[in-house]
Amino acid sequence: MSTVRTRPAGSAASSSGSSGRNPLAAVLRARELGIVVALAILVAYTTIANPRFLSAQSVRDILLGASILAVLAVGQTIVIVTRNIDLSVGSVLGLTAFAVGTVVQDNPGLPLPFALLLGMAIGGVCGMVNAVLVRYGQVPALVVTLGTLYMFRGVTYLWAGGQQITADELPRSFLSFANETLLGVPWLVLIALLVTVAAGVLLRNYRVGRELYAMGSNPEAAMLAGISVGRNLLGAFTVSGALAGLAGVLFAIRFGTIDAAAGTGDELEVVAAAVVGGVAVFGGSGTVWGAALGALLLTVIGNSLAVLDINQFWQNAIVGALILFAIGVDRLVAARTARALKKRNSHVR
Amino acid sequence: MSGSENRLRGSFTRLASWDGAVILVAVVALVVAAAAVDGFGTSNNVTFMVLDLLPIALLALPMTLIIVTGEIDLSVASTLGLTSAVMGSLWNSGMAIETIIPLCVLLGAVLGAVNGVFVTVFRLPSLAVTIGTLALFRGLALVVLGESAVADFPVVFTTWVTGTVADTAIPNVLLPLLLLAAVFTVVLHATPVGRAVFAAGAGEQAARFSGVRVDRLKFWLFVASGAVAGLAGVLWTLRYSSARADNGLGLELAVVAAVLLGGVSIFGGRGTMPGVLAGVLLLATLQNALRLEDVTNEALNIVTGALLIVSVLLPNISRSVRTAAQRRRLRRTPIPQPATPPAP
Repeated sequence: MSTVRTRPAGSAASSSGSSGRNPLAAVLRARELGIVVALAILVAYTTIANPRFLSAQSVRDILLGASILAVLAVGQTIVIVTRNIDLSVGSVLGLTAFAVGTVVQDNPGLPLPFALLLGMAIGGVCGMVNAVLVRYGQVPALVVTLGTLYMFRGVTYLWAGGQQITADELPRSFLSFANETLLGVPWLVLIALLVTVAAGVLLRNYRVGRELYAMGSNPEAAMLAGISVGRNLLGAFTVSGALAGLAGVLFAIRFGTIDAAAGTGDELEVVAAAVVGGVAVFGGSGTVWGAALGALLLTVIGNSLAVLDINQFWQNAIVGALILFAIGVDRLVAARTARALKKRNSHVR
Repeated sequence: MSGSENRLRGSFTRLASWDGAVILVAVVALVVAAAAVDGFGTSNNVTFMVLDLLPIALLALPMTLIIVTGEIDLSVASTLGLTSAVMGSLWNSGMAIETIIPLCVLLGAVLGAVNGVFVTVFRLPSLAVTIGTLALFRGLALVVLGESAVADFPVVFTTWVTGTVADTAIPNVLLPLLLLAAVFTVVLHATPVGRAVFAAGAGEQAARFSGVRVDRLKFWLFVASGAVAGLAGVLWTLRYSSARADNGLGLELAVVAAVLLGGVSIFGGRGTMPGVLAGVLLLATLQNALRLEDVTNEALNIVTGALLIVSVLLPNISRSVRTAAQRRRLRRTPIPQPATPPAP
């Protein structure tokens, strides 16, 4: 219990642990609620101004865009909670999108699940390269993934040259997956949800998930507590790579047109989604739910600006301001929680 | 006696350290490129190479100090872009270029101060703050100028930026670059400010307890970074004679890569300015030489990325090899006592 109390704020365990008696209070106190409220206000406002915003086509566009970003953000969160970062995800997305696109182009009969698995495998190998360099090379993750950001992108350019894969070169069955639904929900969205739920449960309820948070809260203490830090790091980076690979396949399915520049610059947007979702950049706190909601919020902002007829150029500026606002609020809440805990602890003693 | 010997050995280890190696490798790369690559040594090419490395070299100067204090500034390229956009729109509004240029540098300083306030007053991690301002400043640049470009800057200024000193191959812009590089080198390595920078990076608490005003120091470093980015924005605009909101897009990662390649520790507390300058030079030489050999720009990415990783990996490996060798040596030295192994 005391270990839970000393954690500043934000992680699912601390909010549910300290207020287990009152689940409603836990929900109200959860960091994710803020994003949900912001989303609701934004959607309501935009819809009132222009009802077309909630048309089936527009909602589908938003959800498909958010799915790809959310899958990336979930992988990023798993790495960031361990006090590391993976800047290579945009390049891994580009590499897998092109690789899987090429394979599917040459083998039109390839079943779709195989394409998804192939993408995850390629991404997983890229992630493992990062993992090995971080784990055995003792090179900081920021340096490693900045380096592989360039390398994976370079490999894609070498391979692709100037050529691009266009939609009419890809088999129908591959592209039509973007439009297929289960009970009215697009498959891409279901995949993103599945990934988020699986990662969320893993981080929240399983031993290895708690170990990742412990590593991010205090690396030395985690090592001394007997956590196999190295093994967990290998796992976290590999998963992040595999999810970036999955996002690459989803990208290929959704857009159909793939060139070597696919996903360029995505890494910062992904980190932004996680940070807006309440994931602390120095590890130890934040949830994948928050990160996925952050991805949804960023996508909704982009689309609602277009619908509201506001100069689209404001989008970047608003996202930037939102990041600053989000980390500012998190900092404030963390400081208040720490003060409150200190007070309560001193009162007990 | 032994003291001076130690100092001598100290300077040797320094040379053998990573930044010494980078300087050596950069010089070797320059010589090899000049000898082996057709057209590398021509005065035209030298001018172009300097013009190409100028923005990264400029931005790397304050970035080095910031990373040595243990912070990072990812917003530099967006500051460059916003300055460029503002420069274009002020020029469109009819203001004199002589007023615009100092205003732009000032604007850069103000943008840097915004980062500084978030980091030192609100105590937010600079990585997150500057990712935020990266998006914010780039967004404001788009708001200011949209997708249009301003191109009709006075020819006197644009030709000065792309021109050379008299009849030599030395580009005019090399002079401000060398001046700034000298200033930053002296500040980092020969002044109390520089010692404070290293102290803050090595251990912030300890630095604070020894009287370093860490927050004030960091604030002014971010201001300096912004001002230099503003200047880089002005030079970029004049060089291409084009003010655009997307000028310098994505440059921040190249700058960080150059600084880390130069032997600066991402955790702060360690790094030298000559090493960073050699890192910038090495990257520029490789890119220029490989481009002359018709290697595509994008394939160069692989070289850049690999160099960056190797720059940290190699010293790590050599350190662990050294430690292992030392341990073996220690094991081989006979231990004076106990004289006989204790009987089981």
